[in-house]
Formats: sequence, structure tokens, C-alpha cells
Amino acid sequence: MKTKFHIKDLDLFFKEEKVLKQINFEIPANKILGIIGPSGSGKTTFLRALNRMNDLEDGTRIEGNILLDEEDIYKPDYDVVALRKKVGMVFAMPVPLPMSIYENVVYGVRLSGVNDSKLLDELVEKSLTASYLWDEVKDRLKTSGMRLSGGQQQRLCLARVLAMEPEVILLDEPCSGLDPISTAKIEDALTVLKKDYTIILVTNNTKQAARVADNTAFFLMGELIEIGSTGQIFTTPNRIETNDYITGRFG
Amino acid sequence: MRIHPRYTQRGAIAVLGGATLLTLLILAFIIFFILEKGLPGISLSFLTTNPTDMGRAGGIFPTLIGTIILPLLAIIIATPLGIFTSVYLSEYTKENKATRIIRFGTDCLAGIPSIIFGLFGYIFFVVTLGFGWSILSGGLTLAVMILPTIIRTSEEAIRAVPKSYREVSFSLGATSWQTVKKVILPNALPGIVTGIMLSIGRAIGETAAVIFTAGSSLRIPSSVFDSTRTMAVHFYILAREGISAENAYATAATLIIAVLIVNLSAYWLMHRFIAKRS
Repeated sequence: MKTKFHIKDLDLFFKEEKVLKQINFEIPANKILGIIGPSGSGKTTFLRALNRMNDLEDGTRIEGNILLDEEDIYKPDYDVVALRKKVGMVFAMPVPLPMSIYENVVYGVRLSGVNDSKLLDELVEKSLTASYLWDEVKDRLKTSGMRLSGGQQQRLCLARVLAMEPEVILLDEPCSGLDPISTAKIEDALTVLKKDYTIILVTNNTKQAARVADNTAFFLMGELIEIGSTGQIFTTPNRIETNDYITGRFG
Repeated sequence: MRIHPRYTQRGAIAVLGGATLLTLLILAFIIFFILEKGLPGISLSFLTTNPTDMGRAGGIFPTLIGTIILPLLAIIIATPLGIFTSVYLSEYTKENKATRIIRFGTDCLAGIPSIIFGLFGYIFFVVTLGFGWSILSGGLTLAVMILPTIIRTSEEAIRAVPKSYREVSFSLGATSWQTVKKVILPNALPGIVTGIMLSIGRAIGETAAVIFTAGSSLRIPSSVFDSTRTMAVHFYILAREGISAENAYATAATLIIAVLIVNLSAYWLMHRFIAKRS
């Protein structure tokens, strides 16, 4: 099995505070990794370390290494723009940019200099279809992305990432504000997409991890407590903290 | 004793509404007063002919030219400088002591009386650089004068663009410049335009700084090195030296109408831009 990310002795500091402590594990390609844990456990911070979004926050510093395809993404001359094109991200709050649905989908691609309208049309249809949104918006691609419902907006955000044809998709609690039907659509999309992408899904909803993730990692207080196949984590966890969390005893 | 919320609510409406009404009334009164005295003096020939006898008779055509050209020059110089500076301050620098000092400095500059800028313009542009009393000296001085306002209002507008838009843009592989160009400036535009409008209003109405740097020649300028007179300066001279109260009011009324036209057309353009985007 191919390894996509290799995390080695990762410590992450925010100012003086150590937010992530000695994280060590590998993330296999073309699987869905679920990351669960209570709020403040460092799971979102970890996710944002993978495409270097933490760089945007003043006072963030890391030690250790994160290797993407065995290349250190934190080495000094690493191309961050190229990294973010390879490692796309869907945020917890759906944020369509204030432009049309069409322009939202092709935003990233246009940045790379693609302007061929036939190519872009195809890409828009393909991406929106893959995010289960095409049928709902195909007749109004020119209307503002902000007029969509919350669930549609989040699928638009997924389509926007897919249009970049990344290798990895990071999702940060993508369904936290969505109704069950929208959630189901996103989950369906993810299980299909894992054929072509490596997916890392941070979720506050342990049931969601149980439903869609192949592997599950449990974070607590900035530490990786346990990682294993989703079946094993949810049936026979090795650590008492994991068991307490998934059975709802805390968190 | 506790007053029932229903009555405090009524009291609040009365006080807040009263303050608004009073403000509007004062504003309306000023405009009405000037227009009532000035409008009868405005005619096509007043706008299109040269003044005679120091402005006692004739029109205000040269001052119309001066009023357009000076603020225009100032805006052309100050707008790009101001916007670029504010983008650099808000998007390319981290918040630290240096940026706080720069921000404090621009705030101080924005509050300096215009006559100080006039004095500076006189010493630096008119005398030291040898531009003389000219459109160039006046335009540059006005540009320096309005620059702090443009920087600060643009910066506020840029800061008001949600952080999440930046995150999304960066996460899709945009560089800082692409994010500025495609997301930040279009969304900050209404605020930036408001700042520019305020600045145009200030530049059009400026008197002290203009007398010191552009002079008060009534001839029609033929180059940027010629002296000129704006409507505000013309009004000041007519009223101050008791030349013609009637023409002074007519000039003031023209000035008010001009500012109104500039503002209305700018808002119209802006709304068209916003409507096109959404």
C-alpha cells in the first residue's frame, strides 16, 4: 500500500504553547482517514499543517517533518502554492467566494492560467457532478454561489477543490452545520472519490467516521492516542481513552 | 424606581430620531440657504464666460477648469499610492511595532490642518522644486493632503473583507497578489470608493492649501506649470475682499452642485459594479 503522508516526530507550537506533541504515523493513499477527538484536541491544527494553512497564523512553528510522497513540505524552498494545489481543503464553514457558482468552481484553475472556456465548462460539469451538486445548479451556474443553501454551498466548496484535480482532500468538519440529507450526499461523494484521492476527514461526529472512514485516528490533548482500521478502533480499541470517547463517556 | 422598558424604548426612539432629524435639518438648511442665494446667479453664460473686473462681473469659467483639474490631478496621484500602501500594510506585513507606528503616523497626518499642508507645499513644491504657483504644485499638495485619508479608509475596507475569503483563496493555491486582485480589492471596493469620494470632496472644497500652492490666477491655464484658481478660492476672494456677494453665492452654489454630481455618479457607478458581480 502506497504511503501519501509520512508524519515524523511532529511538534507544533502556537507561540509558547505546544499544540501537537510527537505525532508519528503514515497516511495511506486512496483511503479515507477519519480523525476524531474532542474540541481542542489539535485535530484541525494537524489538518491545517498538511497544506501549511497554519503558516497564515502568526506565531505558529513546527518541529519534526511532514513528508508528502517522501518530500518534506516544510523544507525551506518548498513551493507552498504548488502544495496547496496538490492538497485541497474544505473548511468547516462553507465559504463560497462572492462570485458566480461557475467562477467559484474554476477559481483555482484560472489562477493556474487555464482560460480555455470549453475546458473550463467540462471541468465545471465534472466537478459539480462528482460533488453531487450538478443536477441542482446546472441551470443557474451564473448566479452567485452565496445564494445556495448551506448544504449546497458546502458541496460547491468540495467541487471547487475537485476542479483543481488535487491528490489529497482535507476536510475540516465539513458537515458540522449541515442537515442529514446534505451530510449523506457529501459522505456518498467521499466514498466514491477515494478511488482517485487520498481523503483526510476531521469530524466531531464519531458516527460519521465510523460510516465513511477506512482508518480512524483518535487525537486527545494534542497527542495521537491511537490509530487503526475503523473497524478495530470502534469495536476493540486498545486504549481506554479511545474507548471512553467513542462510547460517549467524555468529549 | 424602575421605568418600564416600554417607556425607555419610546424615550430612546425620541432621542435617536430627534438627533437624526436635527442633523438633517441643519444640513438641509445650509444647502437651501446657499442655493437660494446662489441659484439666481447661475446661468449658462455664468458657467462658460471669463470673469471681468476681478470677478465683479462675468462668469467663472476659468475656476471651473481649476476646480476640475486640481482635484483630478490629486486623485490620480493619491489613489494608486494610497491603495497600494494600504494593501501592503494590511496584506503583506505582519502586525508589529513598525506597522502600528505607520498607522499612527497616517492618523496624525489625516488630522493636520490643511494650511500646514499648504505651507509645506509652498516651501517644497513651489520654492525648493521650483514648480512655482502652479497646477502641479497645487495638485501634488492636495495629493499629499488626502493621501492619509485614502490609506486609512482603504485599509479599513480591506480589513473588513472576511478572513475566510483569504483562507479559501490561499487554500486553492493563490498567491498573495492573486488573492488581493481577485478577492480582496473587488470586495473592498465600496469602502475604498467611499474614502476616495470623501477625499475628492475635501480636495474640491480646499482653499488654504490651494492659495499657497496653485495661486489664484484667473487666466485659463495652458500647462501644469500655470497658476489657476479653484471655485473655492474664487468664492473666498470674492467674499473676503467684498468684491461681489452675489457672484460669491453663485460660485458657492455651483460648487455644491458639482460635489453632488460627483458623489451621485460615483455611487451610481459603484452600484452598477456591485450589481454586476452578484
